[in-house]
Amino acid sequence: MAAIQAEIAVGGGEALRPARSLWRDAWYTFTRDKLAVAGLAVTIVIVILVLGGPYVWTKSKDALDYGIALQPPTLAHPFGTDDLGRDMLARVLFGGRISIAVGVVSIVIAMTLGTAIGAFAGYFGKLDNLLMRVTDIFLSLPTLPVLLVLIYLFRDTLQRTLGEVEGIFVMIVAVIGVLNWMPVARLVRASFLSLKQKEFVEAARCIGATDARIIFQHLLPNALSPVLVAATIGVGGAIITESTLSFLGLGFPSDVPTWGRLLYDAQNYLDIAPYTSIFPGLAIFLIVLSINYVGDGLRDALDPRHRQR
Amino acid sequence: MGRYIIRRLIVAIPTLIAISFIMYAILALSPIDPLSQFGADPRIPPSVREQIRHSLGLDQPWPIRYVKWVTAFVHGDLGWSFMSHVPVAELIRERLPNTLWVVGIAYIVSVVIAIPAGLLSSVRRNGITDHVISTLAYFGFSMPTFFTGVLFIIIFSIKLGWFSFLYNSNLHVTSLQTFWEQVQQSIMPIAVLGLFDAAILTRFVRSEMLEHLPLDYVRTARAKGLWERAVILGHVLRNSLIPVVTLIALGIPTVFGGAIVTEQIFHVPGIGQLLIESILTGDTPVVADVVMIFAVLVVGFNLIADVLYAVLDPRITYS
Repeated sequence: MAAIQAEIAVGGGEALRPARSLWRDAWYTFTRDKLAVAGLAVTIVIVILVLGGPYVWTKSKDALDYGIALQPPTLAHPFGTDDLGRDMLARVLFGGRISIAVGVVSIVIAMTLGTAIGAFAGYFGKLDNLLMRVTDIFLSLPTLPVLLVLIYLFRDTLQRTLGEVEGIFVMIVAVIGVLNWMPVARLVRASFLSLKQKEFVEAARCIGATDARIIFQHLLPNALSPVLVAATIGVGGAIITESTLSFLGLGFPSDVPTWGRLLYDAQNYLDIAPYTSIFPGLAIFLIVLSINYVGDGLRDALDPRHRQR
Repeated sequence: MGRYIIRRLIVAIPTLIAISFIMYAILALSPIDPLSQFGADPRIPPSVREQIRHSLGLDQPWPIRYVKWVTAFVHGDLGWSFMSHVPVAELIRERLPNTLWVVGIAYIVSVVIAIPAGLLSSVRRNGITDHVISTLAYFGFSMPTFFTGVLFIIIFSIKLGWFSFLYNSNLHVTSLQTFWEQVQQSIMPIAVLGLFDAAILTRFVRSEMLEHLPLDYVRTARAKGLWERAVILGHVLRNSLIPVVTLIALGIPTVFGGAIVTEQIFHVPGIGQLLIESILTGDTPVVADVVMIFAVLVVGFNLIADVLYAVLDPRITYS
């Protein structure tokens, strides 16, 4: 299938251009978009920083030193120190790992759920009505209040069974995932509805392909690019959601310095130590902005309708 | 039109019932005991605790409790708060106007900003105006509301000293003086929410305008000699706003989420702050009712968006 699309993309007349696969072609379009490339670069830099940073910047994120509490940025502490004299740079670097991990894992859950539900609804007509009603109901849920309530209700139990940090991680990732699958389900359903009428699917069915084979081999790969775009932008949204929860005091505990939690802790020192909130806030803003630019670039690159413009 | 609205209403009611049922089931099946705060006092002997349980009907199976709760909710009886020992209805009646005031004004502000901004941006596509507006919109919706709020406090309250960041809930608007105070203390929460909504809306308006600008009916309008202004405002903008209304409806849960955050930052005593407070103190009756009020608001505003859609798009009525 990819080969056929590549042929279409290249076009019969342009013999000079070497044949390219769909993904190569998309990459080519993507690299034309300066903002998207910049966004991708910044995202990669941030990911490298939070993954490798704590090995290079070896100051402890937990070492208390009341003598240097709430210091403004200096060479020894480029991001300053918090109210307990802990190094903010170390905390921001470490916190990024968790914030980004929550973003990625919860969106993987949301996409898997959404794709599965959308595929079932689009392929099997019998389930369509029921599943779409369920999707509509989920779409009219007041998301943040529901998230807060779920965490309030189940946090203690999960923390007891899975451990302090693991419990809250599983909890947050699961609830963000479960409350974010609806748009993807709609996208996948729409693509499946139109794709399953196409000749190549009929041909596959004629040679005796099973439903599972048609879904996984023929339909899913063709419906995947909008999912990829939604997933990219979703990661940014999930990072904001996690920070919001932590900022409201219902996310990670204070010994796990996610970016939102750092802002929550810094709230009381806005007048004497504004930098303790500015750096983690900027980190969230930067990564979400970059991810959004990448997502937009991907949309233009993967959607031929956008590409023609 | 009337029939369309009635049909939307008929869909909205089962949605609300389903949401309330899901929420109640989660609350009832959760490991948290609603009496954990109320009856945790060790001096209360177990027999008395059982009596409290019985008197509150907590020993009945939860589907029965759900039916009773919904019936009471519909009749306006929202039960009593465990913590402040006042009817929940009273708490909500006190606070709901604050939330609606902030969210409502913020929405109006955002529409007033977004429609001209999106329109300019699409008409001057790829020009400097477009780049500036698009970049600002991107920044605006990548910025989490809580960070914007914190920045506003640092800049406008602490550095410049223009506004107080504490919201005085006892302020009653009786004179021009108190009205001005009310405006002053509302500016920052409204700006935080309004700018965020405006950023999202601007993008919607811009992309819908761009979809419509190259269409044939636009060329027809120009060909018959209409002023460019009439073409853009009377034809393109009107048609572009129809899908925008749907997109706004889909974003309503996010708007109320943003309201919770802003109320928390600026200490605006709205229902969002009430929700956080009662979650942190374990006041289950208030939590259940406030979430339900949020659900009613979301479904209600969705309904309004649907009706607006019908007003803007005459084709809807005949389908």
